[in-house]
Amino acid sequence: MSNIKEKEPLFSAKIAKTFLGPLNLNNPITVQILGICSSLAVTVQLKPALIMALSVTIVTGFSNLIISIMRNSIPSRIRIIVQLVVIATLVIIVDQALKAYVYDVSKKLSVFVGLIITNCILMGRLEAYAMANKPWPSFVDGIGNGIGYGMILVIVAFFRELLGSGKILGMSVIPDSFYQAGYENNGLMILPPMALVTIGVIIWIHRSWKKSLIEK
Amino acid sequence: MNGLRKFLDKIKPSFQKGGKFHFLHSTFDAFETFLFVPNKTTQRGAHIRDSIDLKRTMSIVIMALIPALLFGMYNVGYQYFKAIGQEAGFGEMFWFGFLKVIPIVIVSYVSGLTVEFIFAQVRHHEVNEGFLVSGMLIPLIMPVNIPLWMVSVATIFAVIFGKEVFGGTGMNVFNPALLARAFIFFAYPKHISGDMPWTYGLTEHIQTVDGFSGATPLANAASYAIDKIPDNWTLFIGLIPGSIGETSKAAILIGAFILLFTGVANWRVMLSVVLGGLFMGGIMNLFAVNPYMELSPITQLLMGGFMFGAVFMATDPVTAAQTNTGKYIFGFLVGVLALLIRVLNPAYPEGMMLAILLMNAFAPLIDHYVIQANIKRRMKRVKVSTNK
Repeated sequence: MSNIKEKEPLFSAKIAKTFLGPLNLNNPITVQILGICSSLAVTVQLKPALIMALSVTIVTGFSNLIISIMRNSIPSRIRIIVQLVVIATLVIIVDQALKAYVYDVSKKLSVFVGLIITNCILMGRLEAYAMANKPWPSFVDGIGNGIGYGMILVIVAFFRELLGSGKILGMSVIPDSFYQAGYENNGLMILPPMALVTIGVIIWIHRSWKKSLIEK
Repeated sequence: MNGLRKFLDKIKPSFQKGGKFHFLHSTFDAFETFLFVPNKTTQRGAHIRDSIDLKRTMSIVIMALIPALLFGMYNVGYQYFKAIGQEAGFGEMFWFGFLKVIPIVIVSYVSGLTVEFIFAQVRHHEVNEGFLVSGMLIPLIMPVNIPLWMVSVATIFAVIFGKEVFGGTGMNVFNPALLARAFIFFAYPKHISGDMPWTYGLTEHIQTVDGFSGATPLANAASYAIDKIPDNWTLFIGLIPGSIGETSKAAILIGAFILLFTGVANWRVMLSVVLGGLFMGGIMNLFAVNPYMELSPITQLLMGGFMFGAVFMATDPVTAAQTNTGKYIFGFLVGVLALLIRVLNPAYPEGMMLAILLMNAFAPLIDHYVIQANIKRRMKRVKVSTNK
């Protein structure tokens, strides 16, 4: 009985690393380049981006948790299908909740909430982490990845809404005197190409900050 | 000149390794090589060296652009006085246009070169002369009414995202000057499409003479107002509203002659762009369903920025295809696409810019297949000779 592992504390250094990794050195968007499509599409305004970030965080967290609980009883041949069913169920719940409480935002997000199912981050985390780890670390990993994704989404959306429509969360922040002096909103910021450029700039800054990320 | 040289030599050590201002060494290099011919010599072995370097190439392109620039200045004044219905002499028109165009040139150079110098310092590169041409091209493809801060923002965007992210001069995929225009085209569409931007000082409030609309021939063509398009001769001379440098095909042809005579630009690209335009124009005539498609191919080539693009943009040695066969294909497709976009897509009146940018993206692919085909052809020969 002596070889039973000591129970790990709920907030150990390892858990902290699991949580903080995806926020910085292992960020799903800027380092793993996953989940780009939705980040291009839903970042025109800040509010949908926040909701999207929240939805993805919930789905990654709970799908990781559920799959991790079931991991020993899932036959490896059909694991992808099981994972998909779990994700799809959670996405439907999130979608219904959005429709019930923030209908206008859910209309703006349109297909992208449904398409969380195909977000590469989800399957990636389930395969890479939840299938091999205990429920609590898996849950933390899922939340961490969701926040890492959401963080970039919010940064991109902040700049796109600010420069593209002169607003933050729907409120005008650029004073009228600027417009009278000849300032104009940048229409390109509203178009998807500029989201790609913005993400590119974030990756650029990230890599010049953390030199270890630069590939040789 | 001797005094200048002495002065430079005197301050040089402090910019070299270990000197006080070493962090500014690329700035120093840039000014030194700008003032004097670089005195680099090969260290080892015999090399055939041509004294033509990047700097001279760029200076020749600038020279080729001067006629278009001067005519552009005159035309700005001409259009303005025509719009308000005033008589004015040649000098007065030129001076008016000069005052309107020079700020755009200065803003383009200052903002672009600032970015260039910052990047060169941070990366410890030499400052390249590449921006000298881009900085001159940018004002020439802008409408004269453009707010200066937009020119600045677009230039900074184009230099950073068109050039520096790819590694600086000679590494870029897209033509930086066209990227600057595309940036304004998509970000501030009001200022570069529509009727008003093309003539200085025109807004909705200013009364113009009857019959003067200020719309470019392209805008007229896009709205099927074919009878408003000037005759070919006027289009050729260029006394029409349009971007500063691209109205006069005569001035552009002088530039083209300088470029071809000095061998700086490639005749294959120019020729094939024109052929592509004529070809597509001909096809459109055959299947004409609207008045725009019925326009003769010659008129199509004389409208808008087609010739300017063909001579100064498509021939960019960095972003065009590198192989000779590739250049024919590249140019031909530019010509074809320019007319296709222009005529068939009412949202984008100027197809030349988008056509060149699109083909810039495809140039490496074209080169790849040209080279592959070449290798294949030669490999066949190898097999035949070994079989014997």
